Amino acid sequence: MSKPILEFKDVDVFYGPIQALKKVNLHINEGETVSLIGANGAGKSTLLMSIFGQPRAGGGSIVYNGIDITQKSSHFVASNGIAQSPEGRRVFPDMSVEENLLMGTIPIGAKHADEDMQRMFELFPRLLERRNQRAMTMSGGEQQMLAIARALMSRPKLLLLDEPSLGLAPIVVKHIFATLKELAKTGMTIFLVEQNANHALRLSDRGYVMVNGEIRMTGTGQELLGNEEVRNAYLGGH
Amino acid sequence: MDGIFLQQLINGLTLGSVYGLIAIGYTMVYGIIGMINFAHGDVYMVSAYLTAIGLAVLTFFGLESFPFLILGTLIFTIVVTGVYGWTIERIAYKPLRNSTRLAPLISAIGMSLILQNYVQVSQGARQQGVPTLLEGVIKFHVGTGYVQLTYTKLFIIIVSLVGMGVLTYIIQNTKLGRMCRATQQDRKMASILGINTDRVISYVFVIGACMAALAGMLITMNYGTFDFYAGFIIGIKAFTAAVLGGIGSLPGAMLGGLILGVAEAQFAGLVNSDFKDVFSFSLLVLILIFRPQGLMGKPHVAKV
Repeated sequence: MSKPILEFKDVDVFYGPIQALKKVNLHINEGETVSLIGANGAGKSTLLMSIFGQPRAGGGSIVYNGIDITQKSSHFVASNGIAQSPEGRRVFPDMSVEENLLMGTIPIGAKHADEDMQRMFELFPRLLERRNQRAMTMSGGEQQMLAIARALMSRPKLLLLDEPSLGLAPIVVKHIFATLKELAKTGMTIFLVEQNANHALRLSDRGYVMVNGEIRMTGTGQELLGNEEVRNAYLGGH
Repeated sequence: MDGIFLQQLINGLTLGSVYGLIAIGYTMVYGIIGMINFAHGDVYMVSAYLTAIGLAVLTFFGLESFPFLILGTLIFTIVVTGVYGWTIERIAYKPLRNSTRLAPLISAIGMSLILQNYVQVSQGARQQGVPTLLEGVIKFHVGTGYVQLTYTKLFIIIVSLVGMGVLTYIIQNTKLGRMCRATQQDRKMASILGINTDRVISYVFVIGACMAALAGMLITMNYGTFDFYAGFIIGIKAFTAAVLGGIGSLPGAMLGGLILGVAEAQFAGLVNSDFKDVFSFSLLVLILIFRPQGLMGKPHVAKV
């Protein structure tokens, strides 16, 4: 249970002269849901993308399942079981829903494609209605569902989600988090990056708080939800 | 309808389908890495020489029946030209992947000069030729005169359309095609999904070169002669066709090729054949001024 599937050890990331991540240490255990919260520009998305080497860590190491992936290519990382629903969703605009989902099967091949696609349509019935529609014509919420479903199509060992609630109507956010909760129950390991700290921490076993590229605080979801500082900074008092 | 119009329509469609084949290479490369591969015309030129070599070798070994000779030469030309395309990308463009946009463009011009001079030195500067392979002509009586469609031209139009059809099927319906489109639409995301985008880019260069090889062989069958400089004008024409159709768009390249070929042939037949190149390039200027995204391209939207 408590073997770390992903571990950051003293990771530094630089954009030219600017240091975006400073000696970041964190770990995610198998089967856990972990969230990373922080304000805009704190370095959360940079941290997720650095797992894929875009940008590459300038110091420290990132270890996945015992393999040092710090210098590995993006497609190597993806082929070994990490999938991401990235910041801004990044669905392929000119592809249909089905084609977008098929793109998720690249790491494992198409042998489970039909079965998994059905599972995605059960998870997100809206995608079934839109299955032949081009992704660019869909609403933000539908695109978000598609981005998550596409990530799941590779049957990942570790699912990374970057701000799945950003810019969506509250009812859609609620639906997406309910789906994530179901996924977590099936034993999926989820690493969730969010500004919506309330939703994220309630879902999570543990959480990290990031400020200006540093991990400032860590604890269980409940601990962080009860923390005075977190409440004031990220929960807007409610 | 006028006889000369119909005759030039046939000529235009022949020329246009070949422009379309070459334009595919420009448009796909532009679509995936945003550069104009100025060496593409010279890849076409190399394939004309390979066609002659293939024909000579196969004839030497006694293969003289038309279908086998053509098929053998076709396979030889496409495979070797594909290797050229792959090698050019590896040597001239891949090392510059993360540099400024201008660097691979200059590298492409250099590659174009290298190919021309390499062929000139190794094959000689004189014009080369192949014999006519497909004799025969279909004649239609129109009014007082007649219009002729040679078997060669018919063969070119049919083979080009089949080539385009096969490619469209691959791009639309296969895993390779989806990987190409994904890399074109969002290269970073494609890599996050486990696609080796460098390899996909290589595939695109190979596909473009194979289409140019098909064009090179077809044109060589029609005109019979070529030299080391043959890729320049036709390369620029095909580039015009790609821009006309909307650079980055695959159906656009094919359509642009056909339209440009027909327009040019009509101008040559009805107005003045000495100025047909002037006409084509004036068309390029007009498109760039009034519809820079081309017929089927999308206007460029800057990402915020």
